[in-house]
Order: sequence, then structure tokens, then C-alpha cells
Amino acid sequence: MTSPEIKKQLLDVMFKIRMAEEKIVEVYAKEQQMRTPTHLSIGQEAIAAALSLAMLPEDQIFVGHRCHAAYLARGGDFQGFFDELCGKKSGICQGRAGSAHLTDPSVGIYSSPILSAMIPVAVGAAMSFKMDASRKVAVAVFGDAAIEEGAFAESVNFAVTNKLPVLFVCENNLYSTHTPLPIRQPPSKIYERFSIPEMQTQQIDGNDASLVYETFKKAIEHVRSLKGPLFIECLTYRTREHVGPLYDYDRGYRTKEEVEEWMKRCPISLLTAKLIKENVLNASQAESMKQQWKSKADEAYASALKAPWPDVATLEEHVY
Amino acid sequence: MCIKVVPVMTLMVMIMNRQISYAQAISEALVQGMESNPNVFLFGLGVNDCKGVFGTTIEATKRFGDSRVFDVPASENALTGIAIGAALNGKHPILVHARHDFMFLALDQMINNAAKWKYTYAGKTSIGLTVRAIIGKGWGQGPTHSQNLQAILAHFPGTIVAVPSNAYDVKGIMLEALNQKNPVVIIEHRSLYDLKMTVPQEPYRLAFGRARISRQGKDVTVVATSSMVPEALRAAYILSEFGIELEVIDPVTIQPLDEEAILTSVQKTGRLICADGDWLNCSFASEVVARVADKAFHDLKAPIKRIGWPECPAPVSKVLEDAFHPTHKNIIAAVLEILDKRQISIPDVEIKDTFVGPY
Repeated sequence: MTSPEIKKQLLDVMFKIRMAEEKIVEVYAKEQQMRTPTHLSIGQEAIAAALSLAMLPEDQIFVGHRCHAAYLARGGDFQGFFDELCGKKSGICQGRAGSAHLTDPSVGIYSSPILSAMIPVAVGAAMSFKMDASRKVAVAVFGDAAIEEGAFAESVNFAVTNKLPVLFVCENNLYSTHTPLPIRQPPSKIYERFSIPEMQTQQIDGNDASLVYETFKKAIEHVRSLKGPLFIECLTYRTREHVGPLYDYDRGYRTKEEVEEWMKRCPISLLTAKLIKENVLNASQAESMKQQWKSKADEAYASALKAPWPDVATLEEHVY
Repeated sequence: MCIKVVPVMTLMVMIMNRQISYAQAISEALVQGMESNPNVFLFGLGVNDCKGVFGTTIEATKRFGDSRVFDVPASENALTGIAIGAALNGKHPILVHARHDFMFLALDQMINNAAKWKYTYAGKTSIGLTVRAIIGKGWGQGPTHSQNLQAILAHFPGTIVAVPSNAYDVKGIMLEALNQKNPVVIIEHRSLYDLKMTVPQEPYRLAFGRARISRQGKDVTVVATSSMVPEALRAAYILSEFGIELEVIDPVTIQPLDEEAILTSVQKTGRLICADGDWLNCSFASEVVARVADKAFHDLKAPIKRIGWPECPAPVSKVLEDAFHPTHKNIIAAVLEILDKRQISIPDVEIKDTFVGPY
């Protein structure tokens, strides 16, 4: 069972992500200061939050384009996040990376948006951990479309063959941009399709934060003890458009009813209700947790607007 | 019992003039690089099998064993990403593609990740990764076993691309690559593997971006890469008999490119031929020509010539294959054309192809 303390931390991390992204929603279209394609994780926060608490600081996490949640959960620099989205010199990657490449080596998070691009990199990190007997773990987080690219199959094959300490986490949010799963993959469930004797797979409700945490905790222990990679499919849903801050009911690829059905299963609302019911905290405590992150996000965005631009003379720096 | 005493001086000369092949030079560089840095490991399909990548990895396998020289599945793209993940954690992987053409499968990781890594993440981490890729020629290697990806790899900023043409250079370039925190692709040409040269035993490094003036001459500059360097030297040797002196410039690395060496030579000769083992459209040869046209246009006394592959894939049949690959004869013809000396009749020098395949 997840301890009340961990549950509170899960909620706190999810609020951190949600309020940072709600800030993006608030200003992105209106103020036009974040000139970078943003893939919001609103509705999917439980997975990143749970991973961040289940992993050790020396572990590493590798993410695709929808990387805000993992970056913030993992403890990537908060001000550096807003500065990066605004293209400022003080951005975590000095304004070269933007929203889809959020990377902070000091906390072991790396991201790149070619869907499956970071999966083999995670496997390579895991290989080096095994070579060095360092007992570290690499986690690869990717969407349901990444498994359609060859690098995924190649990576799983290599990791399983060499029993590498890597955890594969698939965030199945049912759509690749506007293309639904049934057009892209056969009807069998993803976790069933990749289950082989050498790699256990499972499917969980990715919006139940404490369940996700418990699952990851066990999985990471298994992986750390070099028993071989595991694959966990987390069912979840992004409530906003694929890229950008809006709702997208008008685009015809999903219905408003479907989105609203998933909103009822928002991971933050679910955990808040649970914690109130369990008397771990009351509604006003939850609200103040949320407001704290809202203020931090407001401040960070305001500060990002004032931060200096990168010096154009640095344009060609760091190529080699 | 008779002990033959070798005089010290003779021994010194023997050591100093030690001749080893291109393949032996690669092998030696790998062993020395792995000896000096325990974080270097070597992987790729068949690297530790009995043939050891045409003999280049047998010694490393013997010395360092399976933990540092290991076989892998045929997953070119993921292996490149895996190398990046290991490099990120302080390793220096050497990834071997025994057939360069298979690197097409690795281009996503090579270009989207490795080449951009340092820049995108603002120089906080860089990728020390050496990729060996071997081009085939002869014995009907055909459409998908003879290609050269140098232009693609050099096009995208962030990758060092080396095309060493001799044993001395390949050893120095390999050891430099292993000491770099950059993705480096070393394109080795299989037709060079048996060519011997004086190579020092001790480790040494050659800086990237320094051309080798393989031969000095006053009449025509020939910029030649990889397997075209021996062809250019052969042409130079023959033409010298007719009082025509070629200056052969071997760039050694095409990214970075020693533009200065090329421009200086063109300033001297006023004539340029670029001979490259690749198609000419959007090619390295075109790049050299563009830079000379841009920066040394007024030094030119004659039109520039490019020598490369005809506009078709590489065929298998021996007659077609022979027609496909340019040789010293194409270079000689181009030289005579731009010197307006087509009337000179050069006797045919046939080079016996000693390669017996199948490879």
C-alpha cells in the first residue's frame, strides 16, 4: 500500500505539472511568447509523478515529445523550464531545445521527439549501467505510436537478450496526433502483443496515481536486480490537442463526450478525492497545494519574460 | 647453434620502416585505443567471429574478450541509439558496420540524435562515438553493397566524417576519434585494406581537418578521397613520364574540410579535378568545386572537372562493374582535356585486380 506521505507527494508533483501546463494554456495563444510546439501532458500526469517517486536520483529517464511531465516530475529546473519555452538564454538548454527536447543531465532526464528516438538511448544507458555494475536503472517513456517504429522492436530485442536494467513504459493515450489506435494497430492489446517469456508485460490504469506508483516501484526493483526488462502499458488520455493549448472537439477525430468521460477520471481529481476520503488531507489543504504551484508558475513565467535572450554570437556554439 | 645478430642500425631502420597494411593499421589502432581507455568497447555484427571484420578485430577480441568486443543483433538504428546511451554515461563505443550501406538504417539515430546532441542540449553532454563503416568494391558487390554515405553524413552539422586512404592515416584518425567527444564516422574502403605503408608502432593521433598533400605538382590539382587516392597517384606517376605533374590532395576528413589546402593548391596550379568514389549529384566533389568557385575563381585557368560514378546504381556483372568505377584512366583523360593535350597518347596500363572475393 502506498503510504499517505507518498500519496501526498504524488499529488504535489501532479499539481506542479498541471499548474505549469495550465500557465502555458493561459498564455500560449494569447501572449505568443512561447514560440515552441508544446505537447501538453494534462490528464497524463500520474505516470511521470509516480515514476519520479519510484526511481532513485541516480537512475535515468528518457522521454519522447510529450516530456514536460517527466521533466518537471523528475525535478528538472523549474525556472529553466519556462525560460526554455520562452527561448531565453537561461533556459535549461539555452533556448536550443524548446518544449520537445527538455533535458537536464543533472537530474538524469533526456528527451527527444522522434517518437521512438530515446528508447534505444535508454537501453544503451542501461547497458552501461550493467557493464559498470552500478545498479542504476534506465526508464524509457514513450507513447502508443512509438512502438510502431522499428527502433522500439530493435531496442526491446536487445534489452531482453542482454537482460538489461531498463523499464519500458508505454503511455497509451489512444491517438497519434489525430490518428486513432485501431487504424494503426491490430485489435489485440499492446501489453499482450509484446508479452514474451523473457519479458513480462502488464496493463494498468495510468490515471490511478497510487496504483501506478506501486506498479513502478515493484517493476524498478525487479529491473534493478537484473532480472530483465519489463514493459508496462499505462492507459491514459490527453485532454488537450496533440500539440498546443486548446481543446480540439472540432477536429472530428474524437468526441466531446469521450474527452469529458476521461476528464472525470482526471488523475489529480481521483487522488484528491481519495486523500480527502482517507483523511490524509482536506479540500482546503489540497487547494493550497495547487495554489502554491500556480503562484510558482506565475512567477516563473513572469521572470522568463524578463530574462535575456541568447546572444546571437553563440548561434554556432556547441556543434562539436 | 647459430645466432644471427642484427646490427642495431639495421634494426632501427627495420622498425622505422615497418610496413603494415591498412587492415593491420586499423587493428593496431583499435588495440591501442582500447588499451589506453578502459571505457572503449567495440560492437557490431560479427565483430568477434572468426573473420573479425576482415581481420581488423581479431587482435582486439583476443586481447579484450567478450566484455569489450561483442556481437549484436542486426539492429543498426537501435545499436546507434544504444551507443549514444552508453556514451552519455562515459563509455566510448566503436560501432562497426561491415557494410556501409546498412548505415541507412541508422541514419535516424546518427542524424536526429548523435549529430545534434551536444548542440541541442547546450553543450552539457557530448557523445564520444566512433562508427566504422566499410565500403565494398569489386567481386560484384552490386547496388546495395558498394554505396558511400559520406555526403549525407557530412551534410548535417555535428558529425566528423573521415575517409582515410592509407594505413598511416587510418591509424592516426582512429586514435584521434577515440579521444574525441564527437560522433566520428570513419569510412574505410575495402579496396585499400591490403595496401601497405610505413606506420609507426607507437600510438599517434592525426588532427581532423588537415589534408595530406599526397604528391606535389605544378600543373593540375587533383582532390581525391579514399580509394580514389591510389588512382590519382597512379595517374600522376604515368603523366609524370609525359612531363605533366599532378598535385594530389587527400582531404582525409571531409567534415571538417581543409579548405585552405585545396585553395592553396589551386592558386598554384590554376586547375582542379575532384575524383571521388560516389555519385556526383549533391556530392562531396560538388562541394569542393563550389568552394573553389566561391573562393578561388580568379585563380582558375581552365574549367573544373569532377570524376565520380555514373548516374545509375552499382551493377554486379564484371564488365558493367568495371565501367561503373572510375580509375586512373578517367583522371588521365580529364587532365589531358583541361590541359588541352588530348593529342598525347598514353599507353594503357592495366592494373591487375588481385581481389578474389567473395567478401
